Amino acid sequence: MTLLQIEGLGISFGGLRAVNDVGFSAKPGEVVSVIGPNGAGKTTLFNMISGVYLPNTGRVLLDGQDVTRFESHRLARKGLTRTFQNLQIFQDMTVLENVIVGFHLAERGHLLADILSLPSTKRRAREVRTKAMDLLKRVRLDKAADQVAGNLSYGSLKRLEIVRALAMEPRVLLLDEPAAGCNAVETEEIDSFIAELAASGIAILLVEHDMKMVMRISNHIVVLDHGEKIAEGSPEEVSKNPEVISAYLGAEAGQDTPSVEREVANADG
Amino acid sequence: MDALMQFLLSGMTVGAVYALVALGFTIIYNASDVVNFAQGEFVMLGGMTTVFAHAAGLPLPLAAVIAIALTALVGVALNKLAIEPARGAPVVSLIIITIGASIFIRGAAQLVFDKQLHRFPSFSGDEPIRLLGAAILPQSLWVVGGAFAVFFGLWAFFTKTLTGKAVLATANNRLAAQLVGINTGWVMTLSFSLSAAIGALAGVLVTPITLVAYDVGVGLALKGFAAAMLGGMGNPKGALVGGILLGLLEAMTAGYLSSQYKDAVAFIVILAVLFAMPQGLFGAKHTERV
Repeated sequence: MTLLQIEGLGISFGGLRAVNDVGFSAKPGEVVSVIGPNGAGKTTLFNMISGVYLPNTGRVLLDGQDVTRFESHRLARKGLTRTFQNLQIFQDMTVLENVIVGFHLAERGHLLADILSLPSTKRRAREVRTKAMDLLKRVRLDKAADQVAGNLSYGSLKRLEIVRALAMEPRVLLLDEPAAGCNAVETEEIDSFIAELAASGIAILLVEHDMKMVMRISNHIVVLDHGEKIAEGSPEEVSKNPEVISAYLGAEAGQDTPSVEREVANADG
Repeated sequence: MDALMQFLLSGMTVGAVYALVALGFTIIYNASDVVNFAQGEFVMLGGMTTVFAHAAGLPLPLAAVIAIALTALVGVALNKLAIEPARGAPVVSLIIITIGASIFIRGAAQLVFDKQLHRFPSFSGDEPIRLLGAAILPQSLWVVGGAFAVFFGLWAFFTKTLTGKAVLATANNRLAAQLVGINTGWVMTLSFSLSAAIGALAGVLVTPITLVAYDVGVGLALKGFAAAMLGGMGNPKGALVGGILLGLLEAMTAGYLSSQYKDAVAFIVILAVLFAMPQGLFGAKHTERV
């Protein structure tokens, strides 16, 4: 039943142990959130799972298969993809083209047929276009389909990146701060969109700073601090865990001077 | 009038060679933002390998195919041994690596082959064809035809095939391309081999006219670079038009001014383009999001 299994992942940069011995698992349709103060190692963890960094220790199992040393494009073939906190969009392409590229693996192009623009090629292009438009409609970007992606607002690009990932029909989707930089309405939209995706059976790994959103949509929460897993469990369990409160939620909720200092210290570390 | 026609024809021939070199630049630039200054060396390798394979007794067409295939392998090796290990380095560093590679290849060619000028027979004889009062060598038609064939082939490849589009996606954003499942390492290998093969083809086509020696690559790389800049770096149409324009400019300068100034044309073009319109004739304006 477990789709994604993370075991003892760790990585060092020089002398700095950025992530140490982190493990958890995710089932299809589950939203697993990774939270922690700035610099806790959340994005680094995502980078290891998605093949951007090679971990020093530990394993990533997808459907029981060891995919630890797989590069991103091979993971994509296995059904695992992600979005980035700072966006990885094809800036010079149109919005629609961005999503069409997402169908890259699903398209079976025949070199000669394509060069000759045979009917089969045209039909395939039409189909992909329709599917891409449908995806854009789901995040209300269909009106911007022919605009150059680079001209879109940050919030729109966040949604575009998510639907491009969806074009691959992933089984596991890693979302790195999907709601960062979005206003309250956009956040709510992304929130219900993620719930919808999970309901369709995708296992979702989420890094997000909006605690309300995390508590609302997560089935399971993993808490990192200084690269170590300090707690995990349901939103309820995690929010009651004293260690979590002192490490993270306290700093968020309290806003008193010591916890601000702590945040700063963590950011520097 | 006859003289003008003659200059036009010879300009077209030379321009077609520059266009082929510029098209080679285009592919690698599109895939990696790197301007590969070893591009001229691919032309030299194509010519030299054909010369020696032909001299060893192989029929000319076979020798040419072997030369193109071997040069494509050199392109792959350049990527695997010099560019890929430096992945993540700034583009400027990669460009300097290609300059180093070009010096290395030139030195190696001098050792493996020799320092003499060589040629092999023209494909369709040396009887000039009379055209509107001017004469053109049959081999020139091969060169011009080759440039157009490569241009149309590349145009179809980049606009119509999935693989070609994968190359463009890789150029646009390598990480994003990986995320949608494009094997960007393979795209780079493909780009370097294709680019080297096109360079070698240029060498094969032009050697009967201009002869080949181990050091012809430097000049060709510079002229091809000027052509690509003029047309707009990264645009196949720009490479073709830029190459032919540069060839015509050279021929006119040599004919009406002095052949001493012929080589200066390329440099004047580079400077003029950089000053007046850095994006070239067909190049895309670049917007960087900050």
